[in-house]
Amino acid sequence: MLDELIESGKSPLLNIYFTAGFPTLDSIGEIMRGLERANVDIVEIGIPYSDPLSDGPTIQNSHAAAIKNGITIDLIFEHLSHCSSRIPRIIMGYFNSIFVYGIERFCKKCHENAIGGVIFPDLPIEIYQEKYRTLFEKYNIAPIFLITPQTSEKRIRYIDSCSSTFIYAVSSSSTTGKGKNVQLAHDYLSRLRDMELKNPIMVGFNISSKSDFDFVTHYASGGIIGSAFIRHITDSTSIEEDTIKFIESVKTGRL
Amino acid sequence: MRDNYQVNDSGFYGDFGGAFVPEMLYHNIQELKDNYSRIICDATFQRELSNLLQQYVGRPTPLYFAGRLSHYYKTNIYLKREDLCHTGAHKINNALGQILLAKRLNKSRIIAETGAGQHGVATATACALMNMTCCIYMGEKDIQRQAPNVARMKLLGAHIVSVSSGSKTLKDATNEAIRDWINNPTDTHYIIGSVVGPHPYPDMVAKFQSIISLEIKKQLNRPPTHIIACVGGGSNAIGAFYHFLQDEEVMLIGVEASGEGVSSNKTAATLARGTQGVLHACMTKVLQTADGQVIEPHSISAGLDYPGIGPQHAHLHQLKRVDYGHITDKEALEAAHFLSRKEGIIPALESAHALAYLNKMKLQRTDRVVVNLSGRGDKDLDTLTKENK
Repeated sequence: MLDELIESGKSPLLNIYFTAGFPTLDSIGEIMRGLERANVDIVEIGIPYSDPLSDGPTIQNSHAAAIKNGITIDLIFEHLSHCSSRIPRIIMGYFNSIFVYGIERFCKKCHENAIGGVIFPDLPIEIYQEKYRTLFEKYNIAPIFLITPQTSEKRIRYIDSCSSTFIYAVSSSSTTGKGKNVQLAHDYLSRLRDMELKNPIMVGFNISSKSDFDFVTHYASGGIIGSAFIRHITDSTSIEEDTIKFIESVKTGRL
Repeated sequence: MRDNYQVNDSGFYGDFGGAFVPEMLYHNIQELKDNYSRIICDATFQRELSNLLQQYVGRPTPLYFAGRLSHYYKTNIYLKREDLCHTGAHKINNALGQILLAKRLNKSRIIAETGAGQHGVATATACALMNMTCCIYMGEKDIQRQAPNVARMKLLGAHIVSVSSGSKTLKDATNEAIRDWINNPTDTHYIIGSVVGPHPYPDMVAKFQSIISLEIKKQLNRPPTHIIACVGGGSNAIGAFYHFLQDEEVMLIGVEASGEGVSSNKTAATLARGTQGVLHACMTKVLQTADGQVIEPHSISAGLDYPGIGPQHAHLHQLKRVDYGHITDKEALEAAHFLSRKEGIIPALESAHALAYLNKMKLQRTDRVVVNLSGRGDKDLDTLTKENK
């Protein structure tokens, strides 16, 4: 499903990140239904971890709350197996979670649950290529790597050559939801655009509104929203409806 | 080929180590990796560091023959007096080394994590000396239990950030320092205080601390039979073992903090209870659940209250080159009181774990046992006097 979407060349693509098991243990299904009804293009399911190094307070707190709610990797897959949603799915997780769970076991489960791609922010491409690539290829799961404004052109080209779906461009040097102004990233994003990479680019971190989304998709194929969405559903009592409202606000600029 | 117990070209010690950093830190880590060996081997750098270690830190620290302790244990016990270093612990050896390195990398701002506050004080001291901006991350819980060190850091001009996420101790202080570095990747150097974190930190910190074993080697006219050191992340232990790793005759003993007991759920004995995983960007042993969530550790000693351990220790443990034991809160407290009365030396609660291990050993009359007295106990007076009542 992810492959087909990328091959279709559709743009701009809206990718929404949510933390599995937050705000409630059973909310995965409601969020997925809301995202489907609102025609989101890609959903990124976050595996909660006790020490999410790349994340700012919003996502950190959602991880801590989800763990407290009792979420586990097995439960995430169980919930996903009951979701009929056809939106292409990717998983974002810290490497320790997957390593301890068992990498092949994880790949199998991803395969069974229509997960097309994985993002492990703390697994460097070199270690992935050397130790884990064969396993992920066996199960047809695409790795999605991050690049940042500090990543050299040579390294970006190397990452492009190892990727098969899209490249995740971190908008600025920051943790997630830091509130840095994404609209200052003109130089960086135009440099990426001009490189004419083989894979499309999705921009993430510090995107929270229609104007941010429009700005980044002027340069790239899509945008990824996480912290802003998490904040929106934190205290929600009707998660599916609030999910739809949030997506509409990103699409229309009205909340 | 025999394992030399040191890091390989890919940054691993056997199965352990590596640099599991997010791409946001790739550039910083690469910059360090490309430059640290060259810089610290440079003759001018070495002269500058060695001069500071002599004139400012007070090295070499004595290797003191502890007569009354030796009499009690019916053997020969030497205390490596790292507690006599300026700022009161071995941490300054590394802080000065790294700050000289940071200057050569043209960094203007320093960040560090601290548990007991010893590394924070050492870093704040080095920053004052070198006129660098200093920001120290410290868990809210540790700020309460190590108040004297917090006051010292403030006097030295450091900015202290209280960390209230997660366990509110060293683990989360380290997370926050790493996040700071992600957000400030160009002007900032992160001085990690132990032999943990992504490659090249474990190797770099080990090299700066290896002066401890280098001095022990010179101070004894023949090698000791045993060296005992406490292990949290493990920097004082690696420092005390470093130059004896190849000398298989010397028995090396690392002592973890087992808190309320190694089988209890209030422990920090990572090698005894942990499983393999990634913590703070290196593959090592970690106290964690079956689902890979890091467990909040417990030790009476803030400096050992850490759910991971340096990757080199995990490797040395796997190869059985070093024996690792553990000591409870209670045993450590008793040892701290015992040394105070026997030798007139008040040890840090961290170092008291190493001292307490003497009770678990069968020692011969002719043995020559070195205990690394990594720090002094002034910071622990509150705990030491409270627990005595």
